[in-house]
Amino acid sequence: MTTLGQSDWPQTPVEREVRLAPDRYRNAVGKYKIDRSSACVSCGHCTEVCRYGVHVKPAGYAFTLRPQGHLCIGPECAETPDSCVEQCPQKALTMRRNPAADCLGDPRWSSDLILSTWHMAATGQAPPPHLESRHGASGGGFDKMRFKFEVGMEEPVERTDPTGIDTGLDLNHREDGRPQVHIDIPVYGGGMSFGSVSIHTIVAKARAAAAWNSFTCTGEGGYPERLMPYDDHVITQVATGLFGVREDTIQRVRIVEFKYAQGAKPGLGGHLLGDKNTPAVARMREAVAGNALFSPFPFHSVYSVEDHKKHVDWIKEVNSRCLVSVKVSTPTDVDMVAVGSYYAGAHIIHLDGSYGGTGAAPDIAKKNIAMPIEFAIPKVHKFLCAEGIRDRITLIASGGIRTAYDVLKAIALGADGVVVGTAELVALGCVRCACCESGRGCPRGIASTDPELMMLMSLEWATQRLINLQNAWRQQMVEVLARLGMKSVRELRGAASRVLCYLGEAEAAQ
Amino acid sequence: MPDRYHIHTAPVPGRFRRVGKFGNVDWREDCSRCTNCVKLRCNYDVYKHEAAYNRDPFAPVETLNECKACLSCVQGCTKGLLSISVNPEFLALGDEYWRPDILATTWNQSDAGRIPVSGAGYRGRFYGPGFDSIWTDMSEIVRPTRDGIHGREYISTSVDIGPKPMRLQFAPDGRMLTEPSRLLEIQIPAILDMPAWPVEGSALAQARAAAAKELKTLAVMTAADAATVRPELLPFVVPVVEGAIPAGVRMAEFVDGPDVAERAAGAQAIAAVRMTLGPATADRVVELYRAGLKVFHLVADLHGRERLEDGRAGRHIKDVLREVHGRLVKEGLRDEITLIVSGGVALAEHMAKAIICGADLVGVETPLLVALGCHVCRGTCDGACEAIAAESEYAAHRMINLMGAWHSQLIEVLGAMGIREVRRLRGEVGRAMFLEEIEKEAFGDLARVQGVSA
Repeated sequence: MTTLGQSDWPQTPVEREVRLAPDRYRNAVGKYKIDRSSACVSCGHCTEVCRYGVHVKPAGYAFTLRPQGHLCIGPECAETPDSCVEQCPQKALTMRRNPAADCLGDPRWSSDLILSTWHMAATGQAPPPHLESRHGASGGGFDKMRFKFEVGMEEPVERTDPTGIDTGLDLNHREDGRPQVHIDIPVYGGGMSFGSVSIHTIVAKARAAAAWNSFTCTGEGGYPERLMPYDDHVITQVATGLFGVREDTIQRVRIVEFKYAQGAKPGLGGHLLGDKNTPAVARMREAVAGNALFSPFPFHSVYSVEDHKKHVDWIKEVNSRCLVSVKVSTPTDVDMVAVGSYYAGAHIIHLDGSYGGTGAAPDIAKKNIAMPIEFAIPKVHKFLCAEGIRDRITLIASGGIRTAYDVLKAIALGADGVVVGTAELVALGCVRCACCESGRGCPRGIASTDPELMMLMSLEWATQRLINLQNAWRQQMVEVLARLGMKSVRELRGAASRVLCYLGEAEAAQ
Repeated sequence: MPDRYHIHTAPVPGRFRRVGKFGNVDWREDCSRCTNCVKLRCNYDVYKHEAAYNRDPFAPVETLNECKACLSCVQGCTKGLLSISVNPEFLALGDEYWRPDILATTWNQSDAGRIPVSGAGYRGRFYGPGFDSIWTDMSEIVRPTRDGIHGREYISTSVDIGPKPMRLQFAPDGRMLTEPSRLLEIQIPAILDMPAWPVEGSALAQARAAAAKELKTLAVMTAADAATVRPELLPFVVPVVEGAIPAGVRMAEFVDGPDVAERAAGAQAIAAVRMTLGPATADRVVELYRAGLKVFHLVADLHGRERLEDGRAGRHIKDVLREVHGRLVKEGLRDEITLIVSGGVALAEHMAKAIICGADLVGVETPLLVALGCHVCRGTCDGACEAIAAESEYAAHRMINLMGAWHSQLIEVLGAMGIREVRRLRGEVGRAMFLEEIEKEAFGDLARVQGVSA
């Protein structure tokens, strides 16, 4: 296998194939729950009635297995005469909302969004209609936007043939002699450092990125050797702490990202707690194990856009073939920041909105500091257009992109593509309990370097979940683009006023 | 440079029964007693703690309902016997302004005295009424002063209370005519205000006075409570008085009324006017300024709203403050006047946002009660609430922890904006984003649709 970039490691291809990757826990959680009382006589009638696989009685078994309630679609079926509840001769079955599912989620990531993401990651297919998979319930931003066809405001367009729709994206628009970098989906993975998440999570993200010809990002924590077989699909980050940044790591990738700020803690810098700084993490970061590591804010070598250009030039000098991405947060003058980055020579400007982020951050910062990404995208897009440079830079948005519909809305508002973080973690089984930092670390074994907890998840399973999620997202994106009569996701960029509408105040207040 | 201001916090476990968000539900009928029980593997030892409590009712009570809803046990149990559900008692806490999550974070901050930190992004609604429709600014690449958060540079949170003459005046013979200014500098832009509803017991007032001393700020209380305070705490006490000011206090409040200027005249301490926030506040402040008063404590209701003439609640303080501040700027008086606002300041971010909207500092009242375990049931406790009747040393520690956490959070906000002192945050609306404007700018060109719920 030849490499696309300058990696000196043999690159490992990963197959882009959807395979079932069911929940890794014994009991999957669903929106509804089916209870079977002791009146059951195991007649097996329910297994014939149910079309969703809730009831199973394997050949040779005397008893019917415990109901697989997570597959149940709820009242829509249970209230019809053909349902298992109605048909059971013993009246032994009841259906109800699962109280555990109500404990999941919050307005931004509703229970339905988490469950539908799990479904997509398990099957690779769009979720069933009883789960709302398009938007959350936060009452603002993406959740207040609908495609016009969703609310019957659509103007008639000729539907495009879905098979021919292109969701790919070129990332180099500078025509500066550096190589073109193409990704097959308008989505790549956000930076999560070695130390903040487990090695399985990092490598699975890289493998899924390789499968979809996209990217993942190292975050600020060094470049683990296990990522090197996927160098062509890795973005390495140069952040304020410069942890693990070496000439070698910059030279082996196709995109290098400067992280000025991150959405979860804009203007505050990073902080790895001492407990997470295990010997392996410390070696990678060239630090002392057990000490808390601060990534200061800001870059102390950058106090002006001229200094910033010097930084970009430095990376371009070290790696003559890489593209440079600049990741910034969303202050009031984010439009000026974007223009400054373009003139400093960046290929990609990556805006990280304030409601996103995966790592632990002060609650006050997540909620209040800097603007949500929904406001920043149109602001920057319009300003770059007015400046006449919109087609010469790639605009990537992140920070609260949860669903395929969010991806498309972000692009319609003016982004070229998006970066996702939390959505990938949810696909791996994250319940968003927000306890990434407490006790021994992530109870689901995703964001933990605890040797026992990280073994809760295998690399093969995690890779498959992420490949499946992207497949389901791509299906949904293609479906929407077909309805809009578009042949490529690139046609959607900046088309918000044609394809989107905004729900009125009265409704939002409810 | 003065000594660096530091609030000494230390963990103080609450002595009240904590209401948690999630409860475990356990059906034991079908348990197969497998050796593989998920209860033993709980990442947070919730089951062990609850079992300890079941065996010993005197075990610490705050461990109940500490489940964090990671679902590991629910999903892992061999026979699927475990479930969790949202605790209805938690959802019933407080009211629509003092939401259960605000009470819970206030309890946690009072326990530990540290900034609340969590993972996985923001979890709440996109925006809401009042302060929830303001975002504060940050800077990408700026001045070296930005080091503040990590301790190498100093971010000042001190503010001044008192009349601030704009110039000095001299007689022809060179004698200074301006009276020396009596400014009172406090180290956090928050004073500890009286409870918004009647609460009995002077222990609470004692606790506030002690906390104010430690925090280098002030505690407002009735003249009766002030009379019971230990003398060494009097400089940190602001009594609400009719006329005479007790010896030893540095500032007193006079309730607004027709003769307030006469009552406050000749006071030997800083005289502030305590007035209910309303539509006429800006006019009244200007009028009293002309009568010689310079410090105003504007009191909003428990939900941060002004009171209209007919007694109903009006606009939120964020809107009223911008009006009052703007009026004073227009009249050229703003820098001579100190504005204190209280009512509805529930979280550290509200302190920063009220200052952005034009206050010099805020008054904090209800969060101090919540720190002691108050549920903001308002009066249904009949003033006999066990939580609030706590002894004063413990109560003062909890208040100090809470304000210590607030102070750290204020520093985060200032640091992200690249502002070195909170005095410069006052009225800085350009360093904030207001929903109405930002939404119009971003989505003004989208078609509006009614009748579809978000």
